[in-house]
Formats: sequence, structure tokens, C-alpha cells
Amino acid sequence: MRLRYFLTGAAAAALLAPAAHAERGSDGQLNILYWQAVSIMTPFLSSGTKDVEAASLVLEPLARFDQDGQLVPFLAQDIPTVENGGVSEDLTSITWKLKEGLLWSDGTPVTAADAVFTWQYCTHPEGGCAQLPNFGDVTNVEAVDDLTIKVTFGVPKPYPYGPLVGAQSPIIQAAQFADCLGARAPECTDANFKPIGTGPFVVTDFKANDVVTFAANPTFRDPAKPAFATVVLKGGGDAASAARSVLETGEFDYAWNAQVEPEILTAMEAAGRGEVISAFGTLVERIHLNQTNPDPALGEERSTAAHPHPFLTDPRIAKALSLAIDREILIETGYGAAGRMTCNLVPAPEYNASTNNEWCKARDVDEANRLLDEAGWVMGSDGVREKDGMRLSILYQTSTNSVRQAAQALIKQDWEAIGVETELRNIDAGVFFGGDPGSPDTFQKFFADVEMYANNFDGTDAEKYLGDWVCSEFPRPETQWQGGNTSRWCSEEYDALHAKLGQTAGQEARSELIIELNDMIVNSPAFIPLVDRGRVSTKSNALGGVIMNPWDSELWNAADWHRVE
Amino acid sequence: MFTYTLRRLLFAIPTLLVISFIIFALLDLSPGDPTANLPLTIPPEVREQIRISLGLGEPFHIRYLLWLQQFFVNEPLNIFEQLTGWTVGDGERMRVISWQTRSPVTDLIVERLPQTLWVVGLSYVFGVLIAIPTGVISAYRQYSWFDQLGTLFSMIGFSVPTFFMGLLLIVIFSVNLGWLPSIYDTNLVVNSPETFWLQVKQMIMPVTVLALFNAAQISRFMRASMLDNLSQDYVRTARAKGMKERVVLLTHVLRNSLIPVVTVIALGIPNIFSGAIITEQIFRVNGLGQLLITGIQGADIPLVQTLTFIFAVLIVLFNLIADLIYGILDPRIRYD
Repeated sequence: MRLRYFLTGAAAAALLAPAAHAERGSDGQLNILYWQAVSIMTPFLSSGTKDVEAASLVLEPLARFDQDGQLVPFLAQDIPTVENGGVSEDLTSITWKLKEGLLWSDGTPVTAADAVFTWQYCTHPEGGCAQLPNFGDVTNVEAVDDLTIKVTFGVPKPYPYGPLVGAQSPIIQAAQFADCLGARAPECTDANFKPIGTGPFVVTDFKANDVVTFAANPTFRDPAKPAFATVVLKGGGDAASAARSVLETGEFDYAWNAQVEPEILTAMEAAGRGEVISAFGTLVERIHLNQTNPDPALGEERSTAAHPHPFLTDPRIAKALSLAIDREILIETGYGAAGRMTCNLVPAPEYNASTNNEWCKARDVDEANRLLDEAGWVMGSDGVREKDGMRLSILYQTSTNSVRQAAQALIKQDWEAIGVETELRNIDAGVFFGGDPGSPDTFQKFFADVEMYANNFDGTDAEKYLGDWVCSEFPRPETQWQGGNTSRWCSEEYDALHAKLGQTAGQEARSELIIELNDMIVNSPAFIPLVDRGRVSTKSNALGGVIMNPWDSELWNAADWHRVE
Repeated sequence: MFTYTLRRLLFAIPTLLVISFIIFALLDLSPGDPTANLPLTIPPEVREQIRISLGLGEPFHIRYLLWLQQFFVNEPLNIFEQLTGWTVGDGERMRVISWQTRSPVTDLIVERLPQTLWVVGLSYVFGVLIAIPTGVISAYRQYSWFDQLGTLFSMIGFSVPTFFMGLLLIVIFSVNLGWLPSIYDTNLVVNSPETFWLQVKQMIMPVTVLALFNAAQISRFMRASMLDNLSQDYVRTARAKGMKERVVLLTHVLRNSLIPVVTVIALGIPNIFSGAIITEQIFRVNGLGQLLITGIQGADIPLVQTLTFIFAVLIVLFNLIADLIYGILDPRIRYD
């Protein structure tokens, strides 16, 4: 029965495919513009999105995520699960099967040994591999036979799809990188610029930080793909002119990351040559509320667990601040197609997104005022609330960036309308996110009352991301001010529930726990969600087959892209 | 003259060493972290490992000395090897490696030189070719309509920033008329009349923007210098001797007026190599200017250090050349 369906499907596909695009390389040249120019063609030595995505045209993982966050096998035959026996019962190992007959672009066969080598390459202690987190807890990767890869973990992994999955963790050819282990990794300029891959395209010319030229891979597993014979991936300039080259002048087919003021983008789209496309992942612009006291008078103990914050630990204040914000205006002025409202820390994929916190979507100034009154904060004569001689005054910091400063100004207005005095501050992004323990201005040190930034997680599983909020993750002097719990919010109940997530397998059961954890954070005094920020790119009307994907590389299905008239 | 040149060259060595130290120290002290632009999903331990793999674990003076060795010994030896095909020692030596691309910085610079020299260099040549006649005529016919027009154009060239002018040209010639490409193709190989025409087309806008800016500056110098000389006694004497106006103007006045202008032109040449950061960004020429700015944005210290130091060398060198040209143009100036 199954075989018959399969054969019918294959026959239908064989009939349909030639109608769309006849054969490999029949559609000429594809012009792509990444305004952040590509520096290197391997995701292991740079995790800049531009480099990871450019490399995804050449290097492929065992499986990628599709537009809905579901795993799709690429080099693997299928996705191993506990049900089909691919994941061991005790959750400590996963066994992948490679497709048969896979070839590298130089004509040699792809084997399990390449996967083992990839793991050795990235985990080499002197290599400085940027994708090390993907191999977290992996104790061994072995080649059971030529096509079978067994990944063993040191602890039970209810979500074992980290190593060798997704754009960040592709498989590289052992033969090409054999001499590039450890400290020698940066010296292999040729291999880093022109990796041999299994993807639809091969690099023919690489000009660092300028332009990369590709040609269709002659040994690609689907003989009818890719439709384009060559790809030019140009870099440089700025986001607005990149969008213009697709939407107005039509010189390019696809431009990545149209981070442009919404009204300008709409005007460009009106030219009718292309369209703006977006997809929403897990990137959430949010405000963290410091649960510890950032008062400079505390010296060394500033923003540490030793001194709780004088008023921000009251959940009513967080709720009032959240209700006072006009999120619609924030999105309209700052994000346009790139933003949508969210009331969650984990906004996607859909099966992990909570629907219990919709209250934050509607602005409600009266309710905000009522909550502050209830909490005992009385409006003073100068329009600022007071309680026991203390003014409700907060210092609000973020990184320097025009959209963030505009949002800060709007939110300041909203907050001052309910009697919360707000002082604004912005810090250079390199310093703010730099994590230098010597600098007082990092987001981890959090020497302010509230701060705004965006964060997300790789892939679709939120376990590690939610793990940032456990008590032991406080940034503090003992950890060189590193740690994910920037708000310094601590709940034993949360920690217990998160530990339970670490032992639960199966998507449905995990989703339930993830939603519960998300709701605890959203209703805590430590967190205000603002905007779910999506990826926005522009594509020409003459380009077909593009499926915008927030979970993997935007170029994840470039093999299917084709020319439309 | 020769001993003077030699003395100046010797004196340049300590100057350049001090400059290289200052650049290195400034870059090192400035806030900036090569891992700061990585996504927040990369944990701090991995960031630390990346920093160590880039050599940031070493103390400041070691890194500085290492850079000196790489730049003054290893790189010249490499160039020597490439030129002659000989191998010095075992041929294995640490080159100045860019952190962003993990490739040798000098290779990047060599790759970028052609488009920068073509676009920025050509615009300088055009700028000078426009500026000198404009300056001469403007001074000779002071306050004529030509002079007024020249003044207007140089005011525009001076005061309208290149990013605005570039955008204006793109909107007119690429978006509305569709005549010229707004993006420079660095892959284009000129091997036929068609590709030559494509190359000309993609160079028109960036060269125009920069040439206008350069011409505005130099033509003002030229005009002022000509005006100074035209009122000198020797001009009256020449005319009184019955010389033709052409000879008076071009042989006597122009030659004398060129002395300060040549200095300005010579001192401007290092700027060609440093590219035109803004114009290169707008038209995506991706030359040395764009290389520098991406290096700065990515905190790619070896790249920025090497590039700025090469600019410093060029500036010192062209200062010397300008001084020497003085002597050639004006026989009264002698350094010995």
C-alpha cells in the first residue's frame, strides 16, 4: 500500500517537475544581496548570521527546520525518534542514517566518518569553534557503519536534535579539513573560503567581505535541481539601499534583512517589482526589571542578590508598567512588517506558544493606575508617585540604536502618564553586549532599574533558553558577571519545573511544560514582553520558490528557488 | 638633495614606529570585542575560547611585538617569496591574520586595491583635470560669469555631502531612468568592448560624486594661488616686454601658482588609498574604505591596525614627495 502511494507520488512529481523548471541550471543567474558582507564560508569560525546563511548554500546538516519549526531530513533518511527506535529509551543516544549514494561536490562519497570528524573539529579545545553549544553534553560521535552515525550524550537528552542539525551545525568534509584542527583552523583559508559541500551550490570565487560566486553543484542529489546555474552573493552597503535594489531598481532577486523604517519600505514596495516577506521566530524585544538594587551607594554589592530591589519585586508594578505601554505604536513606528505583538517569552513555534497572557495586548491605563494605587503608590504633586518618602523613579537603559531610542521615548511617555518617573540611558551596543566584566555598562551587570534588549534561542526547543531563568544563573561577581538570569529573578517552583522539563521527552508533554514555565515568567515581576521580532527580507517578483524560514537559514531551500516570468 | 632625502627617510623610521605603537594602543584600549557582534545565544565560555583562539589571551606588549614581527619581517618575506619563487627558511611563518575572515590581511588589501584605485584614483585624476583649468580661468577672468559659476559649483561640491549626492544620483539614474547600475560589480572582468562599457557605466556615478568633491577643493586653491601671482610685479614686467598673454599666463603665472597646489594634490594622494568610505558604501564598490569600516565594525583589530598603519606610511611618504617636488618646481628652493 505504502509503496504504491510512494510510486504514484514519485510519478506525479516526475511529471510535474519538468513543467516548473526543466533541468539543473536552466534558469541562469540568481543575484542575492546581503548588506552585511560575507566574511567566511564556515559557520564554525563565525556565527554571524550572514556567514551561517551563506554557508548553508554549500554545507548541509543531517536535518533542517522548516518554516513551521518542524524537522525535515536533509542528509539523513529520516528523523530519529524514540518511537522509531532512532533515539534510545534512556534518551542518551541518537542514531542517524545517512541517505544512500550522497556525494561531496568533489565526487567522493559522504560517510559517517565525516560527521565524526565534524564533531572532533568543532570540539577541539584550541579551535575556538563558535558552534560549540550545539555539541553540548555530547560524549561521543561514532560511525557504526558507513551510513550510520551514533551520537552519545553524557546525560539524558529529551531533545537530542542539537548536534549536526540546523544551519549552525552542518557536516564538513573530513578530507578537506583534516589539517585544520584546533589552532590551525584559521590558517586553512582555502578550506574556510571554499568548503566542499553537499548543498545545491559550490563556491567558485570568494572575495572576503565583498562577493561570493557559486555554481550549481554537479553532484547534487536531486538531478533536476538547483534551477539556477550560478549565484552571486554580493555584500556591502546598508539595509535601505539593499531593499531598494530589489524593490525599485530590480538589480537583485533577493535582499536579506530589510531593517528599514516601515514607511520607507512600504513606499519602495509600491514600485511593484518585488515584495517584502517576513517570518517570525523566537526573537523577543523585552524589558527586564532588576530584582536587585542597583543603587551605586551599595558599591561592590550593587545589583547582587544581597539587596533586593526596593520596589520592582512587586508584581503589580511590573503589570502596571506593562499595561501602560502602547505596543501597537511601538510596532507601527519601529518595526512594521518586522514586528508583531507578543505577550510571551517563548512566542514560537506555535506548539510552544502560550495563549494565556493576552491581557498585555490591550493598553489599559486605568487598570495600570489602579494597580499602582493598590500597591500603595500615591500620586505626588509633581506627577510622580511616592510611597514612604520614596519616589517611583526608574533608570531605563538599552543599547544605542535608533529604533530602541524611539521605543524608549514612547515608553517613557507612557510610564510618566501613570506617574512613573523615567530616566533614559543608552549604551554603545559593543559595550552593552560585550560582556566585559570590567565595564559597568554591560547588560549582565544591569546597573539600572530596567533594561531593554532582544534575545532568542537557536532551533525550536526552549529548554536551554528557559534555563536562563533559574536561580543559579544570576550574573554576579563570582561568575565574572556572566549568567543568563539578567533580571535576577528566583523561584524554587520554577527551578523544579524546569528540572522536570529536562527529563520529559515527547513534543506534547514538553510543550505543556514550556508553556507553564513561560507563563510563570510573564506573570513574574521581572519581565515585560514587547514585540516579537521577525526576519524581514525582500524578494523580486521574478523569483519563485522562496519560503521564508525563521528557524533555519533563509536560503534553506535555495535548491527549489527558480525563475518565474 | 640626496642626503636630504636620505635624512628624511631615516627620520621617518622612528616616526612610523611611534605611530604604529599609538595606533595599536588606541585600538587595544578602545572598547570593542570581536565577539560582541555574535548572537546572544553564544554562551560566554565559548566567547572566551574564541577570544583566546584569536590570540587575545596574550598581554599587550607581546601582541604588539608579534604584530611588528608579522608586519615588518614576515609579510615582506612573503611578498619576496611570491615575487621570486624562492623559499626563505621553511616558508612557514605567521602572517597578519584578519579575525573576521581568518585570512591574511595583505591578501585582502591586494584584492581590494584595483577597485579603489580605479574609482577613487580616477575621480582624483578627473578632479585635478577639472580643477586646474577652472581655477586658472576663474582667476584670470575674476568675477566673470564663468568665475561665478565655478564658485557656485565648488560651493555645491564642498557643502553637499557625498552620501546625499550619491543617493540623489542613484534615485535619478538608477531608480527613475534606469540607465546606470546602483551596485558596483567587483567580479566584472574587462575583456571586450561590451564589458568595458559595463565597467564605464558602473564607474560613472561614484567617480562623478568624488570628482566633484575633489575638483571643488583643488579649484579653489588654484584660483587663490593664481590671483596672488597675477598681481605680482613680474607679471607686469612680462607684459611690458611685449610677451603674449598666453605666455604670461601659462609659462610665468601658472608655473609659479602651481607650487602650493602641487603640495595639496600630493598630500591628497594617500587619501586615494584609504578609499572613500562613504562613497564606497553607497555604491558597494567594496574597496579599501569599505574594508576598513567592516574591520572597525567587527572589531577586527589586526585588519584595522595594518590598514591604518599603511595609510600612515603613505602619508609620511607623500609629505616627503611633496617637499621634493617643491625643489623641482622652484629652483630657488634647495635643501642642501
